[in-house]
Amino acid sequence: MLYQQINMNKRRTVYVVFGFCLLVALVGAAVGYWLAGSTVVGIIMALVIALIYVSVMIGQSTDVVMNMNHAHEIHSAAESPELWHVVEDMAMVAQVPMPRVFIIDDPSPNAFATGNDPEHSAVAATTGLMQMMNREELEGVMGHEITHVRNYDIRLQTIALALSAAISFLVNLVSNFWWLGGGRSDDDDDRGVNIFGMLASLLLIILAPLAAAIAQMALSRNREYLADAGSVELTRNPQGMISALRKLEHAEPMQQADPSSASLYITDPEENAKRHRWLDHLFDTHPPLEDRIARLEEM
Amino acid sequence: MMAAIIAVVVVILLIVWYVSIYNGFITTRNQVEESASQIDVQLQRRNDLIPNLVNTVKGYSKYEAGTLEKVTALRNQLAGMNMEDDPQKTMEVSNQLSGTLKSLFAVSEAYPDLKASAEYQKLMEELTNTENKIAYSRQLYNSCVRRFNEKLQAFPSNLVGKIHHFTQFEYLQVPAEARETPKVEF
Repeated sequence: MLYQQINMNKRRTVYVVFGFCLLVALVGAAVGYWLAGSTVVGIIMALVIALIYVSVMIGQSTDVVMNMNHAHEIHSAAESPELWHVVEDMAMVAQVPMPRVFIIDDPSPNAFATGNDPEHSAVAATTGLMQMMNREELEGVMGHEITHVRNYDIRLQTIALALSAAISFLVNLVSNFWWLGGGRSDDDDDRGVNIFGMLASLLLIILAPLAAAIAQMALSRNREYLADAGSVELTRNPQGMISALRKLEHAEPMQQADPSSASLYITDPEENAKRHRWLDHLFDTHPPLEDRIARLEEM
Repeated sequence: MMAAIIAVVVVILLIVWYVSIYNGFITTRNQVEESASQIDVQLQRRNDLIPNLVNTVKGYSKYEAGTLEKVTALRNQLAGMNMEDDPQKTMEVSNQLSGTLKSLFAVSEAYPDLKASAEYQKLMEELTNTENKIAYSRQLYNSCVRRFNEKLQAFPSNLVGKIHHFTQFEYLQVPAEARETPKVEF
């Protein structure tokens, strides 16, 4: 089951990356059509931009992410025995190397993991989390983070994020151009006006960022359910995870979190406790906590 | 000619298949052994911590001599055992020791001075950590054993297993009270 999940995740990474690349290429074609009159130029430009985005974000080191979230590293169990020991336990039973451990000075309880593969991973917990949770709950939360590490969720998340950033960059390019009054006019089109092509590319440019955002968030929510299940598989203790999530339900928003890291955290750091209408859920990075608790209770 | 080439290809594929299954067995068996030694490491760590604990508790509570003696006796018994020689018996004694330690901690609640001492708190964290690690490494051991035994039972890897006389590992029994349901707070 465990290994199937990991393999499924790796396979899904390929699908997602392929789907996103296709979307990037389509947007590139549309942008090229409007700006340069050539879809091929657009596609090449888009793929180069996407490549730059992905390599920059994949290459972004753990230290940068931790800095952005105001986290400081601890190097031994003596500095925070309970957290260190719990992370050690979870890493051992998940059979991944011991990640680096960071602490964020923030009264709001939260935690996240980062790193492209288990050999270069790091986990961070807020001081609020350590104060509020007992050992079993802390195990649940860190088990969730270690599961993200083991499942290669972070790399998948990073690639999806980079590609949707590339898409919004391309779309911004076109809209700025329109704003400045450029673009194709009727008289420089000798091949006759292709109404269908124009409409299709216009529609694509308008809808692509939306589609990318929805796909990325759906992916992120799916990972959260998986990580909750994975955590219970490590701790064999659904109650610990459930009561941890109950405590997170009433948490205050975080002050130190970097918005671009939101999808990494165990609960959305900005709107921890906010309630949404149904439609808003489309853009959530995390599923509602009630749903996560409900799924755990069924286990 | 064609038939010969096909025969050679088939033989090569068979060898590759055989080798990969055999290596799979070895990898899993190493994981079982590694997790067993992991348990030994933790048992040893706990044994090292216990004299300290006994001394600390002794200073604060004069009346728990019986429990302390029992802890020491079990500790000494466990010192001569390890997972490699007799996993079941080792775990049995270890479980008894875990239970006795738990009751010692419960009694310690009655001594506020002891509970407040920094020494005792540090020992408590170390011992809790070690107890958890024993439980988790036992869980890991069992899941490695399951993977190995599955290979031995499933077709076609069981054929390779038989040729090399691999034998099944025994699961470690988890004591009923080891993972009691925690309180849920609202």
